[in-house]
Amino acid sequence: MVLEQATHYEAVIGLEVHVELNTNTKMFCSCAIDFGGEPNTRTCPVCLGQPGSLPVVNGKAVEAAIRLGLALGCDITPVSQFHRKNYFYPDMPKNYQISQYDVPICLGGALTVTTGEGDHRVGITRVHMEEDTGKSLHVGTSGRIHGAEYSLVDYNRAGIPLLEIVSEPDIRTAAQAQAYLAELRAIVLALGISDARLEEGSMRCDANVSLRPVGHTVFGTRAEVKNMNSIRSLGRAIEYEIARQTDLLTHGHRVVQETRHWDEDAGRTSTLRTKETTEDYRYFPDPDLVPVAPDAGWIEKLRAALPELPAAKRRRLVDDVGVGREQAATLVAIGLDGVLEDAVGAGAAAGEAANWLTNEVVAWGNEQDLEPSAAPLTGARLAELLALVSDGTLSKKLARQVLTGVLAGEGSPREVTKARGLEQISDSDAIAAAVDAAIVADPAAAQKVRDGNDKAIGALVGAVMRETRGQANPGLVNQLLRERLLSS
Amino acid sequence: MGELLVTKTAAGLRNLLDAGDVSAVEVAQAHLDHIEATDDQLKAFLVVMRESALTKAREVDARIADGAGAGLLAGIPVALKDIFTTRAVPTTCGSKILEGYRPPYDATVTSRLDAADAVLLGKTNMDEFAMGSSGENSAYQLTTNPWDLERVPGGSSSGSGAAVAGFQTPLAVGTDTGGSVRQPAAFSGVVGAKPTYGRVSRYGMIAFASSLDQASPFARTVTDAAWMLEAIAGHDPMDSTSIPEPFPNLREGLEAGVGGMRIGVVREFFESEGLEPGVRDRTQEAIQRLSKLGAQIVEVSLPHAVYGVSAYYLIAPSECSSNLSRFDGVRYGLRVDADSAEEMMAATREAGFGAEVKRRIMIGTYALSAGYYDAYYAQAQRVRTLILRDFAAAFEQCDALISPTAPTTAFRFGDKSDDPLAMYLNDIFTIPASLAGTPAMSLPAGLDEKGLPVGVQVMGPVLGEQVMFRVARALEAEIAFDPTPRGPNALELG
Repeated sequence: MVLEQATHYEAVIGLEVHVELNTNTKMFCSCAIDFGGEPNTRTCPVCLGQPGSLPVVNGKAVEAAIRLGLALGCDITPVSQFHRKNYFYPDMPKNYQISQYDVPICLGGALTVTTGEGDHRVGITRVHMEEDTGKSLHVGTSGRIHGAEYSLVDYNRAGIPLLEIVSEPDIRTAAQAQAYLAELRAIVLALGISDARLEEGSMRCDANVSLRPVGHTVFGTRAEVKNMNSIRSLGRAIEYEIARQTDLLTHGHRVVQETRHWDEDAGRTSTLRTKETTEDYRYFPDPDLVPVAPDAGWIEKLRAALPELPAAKRRRLVDDVGVGREQAATLVAIGLDGVLEDAVGAGAAAGEAANWLTNEVVAWGNEQDLEPSAAPLTGARLAELLALVSDGTLSKKLARQVLTGVLAGEGSPREVTKARGLEQISDSDAIAAAVDAAIVADPAAAQKVRDGNDKAIGALVGAVMRETRGQANPGLVNQLLRERLLSS
Repeated sequence: MGELLVTKTAAGLRNLLDAGDVSAVEVAQAHLDHIEATDDQLKAFLVVMRESALTKAREVDARIADGAGAGLLAGIPVALKDIFTTRAVPTTCGSKILEGYRPPYDATVTSRLDAADAVLLGKTNMDEFAMGSSGENSAYQLTTNPWDLERVPGGSSSGSGAAVAGFQTPLAVGTDTGGSVRQPAAFSGVVGAKPTYGRVSRYGMIAFASSLDQASPFARTVTDAAWMLEAIAGHDPMDSTSIPEPFPNLREGLEAGVGGMRIGVVREFFESEGLEPGVRDRTQEAIQRLSKLGAQIVEVSLPHAVYGVSAYYLIAPSECSSNLSRFDGVRYGLRVDADSAEEMMAATREAGFGAEVKRRIMIGTYALSAGYYDAYYAQAQRVRTLILRDFAAAFEQCDALISPTAPTTAFRFGDKSDDPLAMYLNDIFTIPASLAGTPAMSLPAGLDEKGLPVGVQVMGPVLGEQVMFRVARALEAEIAFDPTPRGPNALELG
């Protein structure tokens, strides 16, 4: 299709997301799903495609698909079917992939995502079940199958259940795409059906990106972009692709329908394979499998047992718990909303607790290269820490040190405070000597204070704090200095 | 003693074994010796499992001696079509692409026979991947017909049919996709019984056309076939298409006769051109016998059955084109090395598959292609639905159907092998029940004017094996066919 040149284009973006399920066993056989096993040790005649073997559907995978469909507001298809997608590739044991085609298990849902520009509704076309392929290792300078000296195949991943979630082309900006992926990931995590790690490939996202002149309804030619390993790289890749296509169109060129590879280091996409004509997968219903017909009563039971979903959770944190809107979003996104609620339940102030979690615990995660939700911190301990601050036992600065100790597994905030000897000194007698010594040591500063220069007291406070290794209660030091210098 | 033993039926051997008149080892030895004496001519076996058969027979003897319960098939020799996986025992499916392949697991049929304490004698020859009606598509050897060594034994279960007809084993398992058990049974004067689709697990049965394939027994009597079917049938959680209902006891009511039954004669089958007079006459006589035995004969119509062959030769190749994709040289079987993975897969398949297999893969690939799917595969499935309805309507009028099994008796080697269409038409009467998924069996109805066996087909409704077997048994008793191959070119039984 040739688009007339225009000055203003809008992007039309649809995402295809694959989620690897964390069921105990594979999609069609009873092999354990166990990452990190020696190559080809988690295999059986079925997932190796041995002659005569037959697939049997994993009921837990169907359950996960239905639960995700319900969470996304989809209709659950009363009778859905598995098809065979036929193509030859060495890491696909049967040279066909069992997938769903024209009758997937979930149809037609939606997700509302929030960006700086407000709320935006993204339609969900479908959610379907399929099996993963094995992994190839191409040995040789090219690192790809073409030109490889030889290739090794590990079938441990072959047959792991996948859900594919296809969005409508409702996304217009990179920020919306990122928000969509983040929200979908949060829902998957809330349902507990996958660990959904983009970096490790248990969640994968492909983006279909095209442009059209603003105001037009006809779609432009799209490029499919692959290999984005984080929400950030999804945003970068889409930004790049929009800029590339805009450049092509404004210079009178056309966009080629193709699959493009995102190079994170180079920050650009490049042609992976052109797709002028679509590949013929010869889909047909898999005669080895009977249709999936989930019982209506079971579906309702699953619906009733759905956990609180991220959107509802955020709303409740803001409305009922008293957390700020942005902090609520962050807490849910990083999975620390539960710790926050426990802390508030144990008496902590919501705003304070949220600050500690979104600042200190996030910083800890960055330092340790771990998810913040991996922090060994309970709500009760966070509340205890905040109580130690509010009763004057700890200054904020000391409290940060105590938190470090708690996160390092040294014990409860009280135990860490004690063990590290970090209690704030709030006893006037204990500080008095240091206060007197500071006045004697810096008579000039003392005189300035006496003369009404209030700022000069800072130097004296600093001296006392140094003397007490930071443990003196700064308020009390201030008060004692003023008593000695001003009241006589 | 040995020659006497090989002429016994499974039921006859059961009596001798239970009475302690013979041992399982003697039974196994007699059959193994007979295989050795005759298989140069018959070429029914691809693998003879002498050692493991004798070991199993000794175990069975010990169990019988201990008084530990021995099953119906304990100590009874059986042979398996080489389409069933047997752990660590070569399984080729009649194809060069699986030469040397030793499966890591047993098919459900294999393990059920073992659990029933049957003695597995070996693996039998077959048309490559069960594609053929004469046995001539085996990549390894030509199995002959014991009644005339210059004629085909029928196919695709050529070896299993010939082995039972040649007294090499009283029982064998074949697979029936469009008639691959019933037609060779008819050609060799034995009984071949396809149950309802889903009765016998397909797990470990190398797939040709998944929606049609059914494991089916060969025997020299209806009773023996019933015994074997009972041993291998029943639900299997490893096969999603396996029927959950328990398999009925076929022995009960087997002798109850056909008095009061309504038996339908399929009009269209007798109007078919190419139906040999000898086949037509023996079938008409069988119908008269049923009438004489008290059955009411009614004429029924299966109006869409004439499209069966056309629909079958789209559905079966479509499924096989996908099923056979896994034979690519990557994981098992033949590998022809080449410069790239893609070329290696192509070279392996080029060298490993025979002409008929390639023909069907190409037909199926075409039928499933975008733009042709609706006109071919989807249309064939619609025809299949119509045939299914035809059967359902027919079984509202009667309890069982009767027809010839094949339009001809056994033909000579080479007669049809250059004309795929003529070969395909030999399945014209067996294919409809395959498409409908209904049970159907063939039993000998006598000999034609050439002295070759004629098979008559009895068909039952879905899950109606009991009725079907009862009709077949009544007819068998009335016909009193002697299964001993005879004639100028027959196998010398020694």
